[in-house]
Amino acid sequence: MPEPQNPFDDGRQAVAPGGGAGGGFDLAAEEAGTLDKVPGQGGGGDLSEKPRSLWSDAWRDLRRNPIFIISALIILFLIFISLWPGVLASQDPLQADLSKAQQGSGPGHPFGYDQQGRDVYTRVIYGARASVTVGVCATLGVVILGSALGGLAGYFGGWWDAILSRISDVFFGIPVILGGLVFLSVITNSTVWPVVGFMILLGWPQIARIARGSVITAKQNDYVQAARALGAGNKRILLRHIAPNALAPVIVVGTIALGTYISLEATLSYLGVGLRPPTVSWGIDISDASSQIRNAPHMLLWPAGALSLTVLAFIMLGDAVRDALDPKLR
Amino acid sequence: MSEQPVMVKEPVRPSHEPILEVRDLVKHFPLTQGILFKKQIGAVKAVDGVSFDLFPGETLGIVGESGCGKSTVARLLVNLEEATAGQIRYKGEDITKLSGRALKAVRRNIQMVFQDPYTSLNPRMTVGDIIGEPYEIHPEVAPKGDRRKRVQDLLDVVGLNPEYINRYPHQFSGGQRQRIGIARGLALRPEIIVADEPVSALDVSVQAQVVNLMGRLQDEFDLSYMFIAHDLSIVRHISDRVGVMYLGKIVEIGGDEEIYEHPTHPYTQALLSAVPVPDPEAREHRERIILAGDVPSPANPPSGCRFRTRCWKAQERCSLEEPLLAVPPVFRGTAGPAEHESACHFAEEKQVVPGE
Repeated sequence: MPEPQNPFDDGRQAVAPGGGAGGGFDLAAEEAGTLDKVPGQGGGGDLSEKPRSLWSDAWRDLRRNPIFIISALIILFLIFISLWPGVLASQDPLQADLSKAQQGSGPGHPFGYDQQGRDVYTRVIYGARASVTVGVCATLGVVILGSALGGLAGYFGGWWDAILSRISDVFFGIPVILGGLVFLSVITNSTVWPVVGFMILLGWPQIARIARGSVITAKQNDYVQAARALGAGNKRILLRHIAPNALAPVIVVGTIALGTYISLEATLSYLGVGLRPPTVSWGIDISDASSQIRNAPHMLLWPAGALSLTVLAFIMLGDAVRDALDPKLR
Repeated sequence: MSEQPVMVKEPVRPSHEPILEVRDLVKHFPLTQGILFKKQIGAVKAVDGVSFDLFPGETLGIVGESGCGKSTVARLLVNLEEATAGQIRYKGEDITKLSGRALKAVRRNIQMVFQDPYTSLNPRMTVGDIIGEPYEIHPEVAPKGDRRKRVQDLLDVVGLNPEYINRYPHQFSGGQRQRIGIARGLALRPEIIVADEPVSALDVSVQAQVVNLMGRLQDEFDLSYMFIAHDLSIVRHISDRVGVMYLGKIVEIGGDEEIYEHPTHPYTQALLSAVPVPDPEAREHRERIILAGDVPSPANPPSGCRFRTRCWKAQERCSLEEPLLAVPPVFRGTAGPAEHESACHFAEEKQVVPGE
């Protein structure tokens, strides 16, 4: 690298104004000019500073974002009670005392009792495991499968894209409830995994379409052409240039879908094809309680509140992550 | 106007071998019908037989109106499009058929500066990552520990503060962004830079800064430029030679003075007559050549001379016989400035720029 010159020192001869073919601008004046350095933007950093990247900047940003901290704490708490529910609830979620059915809160039983006389607080704590597992696993599966298939289809186009788009149309055409009744009624396994699998199977086309669209948008930008002109391969272009710029809509839809999956689990349980007792889940409790809402609203409100808080936490997290990955919003 | 000094520029004479030879370059984009089973029903002849040479250290300007194929030529040169036919010889080696490692090696030497600085920089990468990316793709150019220093040097060379290395593109103005784009193009120390309308998206006052920066860098790094634009004044300012394109073909090519002061092709004359004249008195006396009609579709270009449908000189010969890009017989051996290649059967000089 040669010695950097004074940027004002132009090696060429400037032209007199209006010379030649009648130039529309004044070339002589500009050399006096202003190599505008961005004014008044603090924090440009000095040279000894560590190199920064999108991800390290995003993390710095997130650590200072109260919304991220609150939502992350709620999610960590949910994960904790899913793994070790016994720490916070000493009773058995299946133990029933019919004499106390539908009673309100009392000493030692802050959330009251349900239809069968089981402790609602204990069931809310124990129900987190099934609900969070279904919501998080279904969302992760849908986002990974959908964005991989949709993103590759959008990037490579051609035959692969045409076939994949038609397949996703077919899956879009399957009604969720009817599909659930058909698929899940033949499965006798009563764990959460058939439900998760079913949700991924029907859910991926939604994310695939969004990912495909945003990859096609990102692909057309000149910076992708610039990377290709430099000799970058498909892997680098996809991971460094397209993925960060196509991720935002996928994050938003994914986090909203998470709540939908938890409520879909409740619907399927209500229809008798989702999770079955003795599995404890918010969905099962919500559907049980919904018929008694006028007699004993507490039976519905506590599990429904837990569900809403979970969905809200994930949506807030998704929002904070999306904003942190957009340098323009910093 | 007559006292105006004329541009002072040492012409780069083709004293040695051309660094880039383009021969009969053709790019047709197929027009297809059908969704799954695509059937070709025609082709847009975006570039249809273009030949020129680029010499070391010179700037070749290419002008022409929108859709004439200028940008496609640029994209072909940097291998972003695959040529339908023809050759691009870089130091004698045809690069249109290269792939893999050999292509990557050639790419180091031919780099591109893009038109729109707002879309050519990844909004989610820091300036350091953008300018440093060439070194990650070509790790042999700079050892890892050295890269950051090089990026800062490049920022300095293009007139930006090296402290901006951790900033993102949206924190810069259009002109500054284009400087970043130029720094990225320079990172691999290429010999040729293809600039596709590098200043068209910029404010007029900033255009001059960027053009002069490019001029300075050319001397500093011994670059050859292929400079594409539709602003004739800018092309004249930076170019040693100028080629005029119309509908996928070069219609006239020569030194900048030959083209601007002594155009012999009617299309060039019409184009030059449209350049705004800042002097109101001179403006009243000048002749504007207003062309009739629109540019014909490149999917179905006219027979013979492609300009004949809009040319006031067109005769029957023009539709039957395609004029070749060569020095017209009337000027051959005159040794004057009109003796340059022009693809017209009825080439003649016509004074279009007033007062000179």
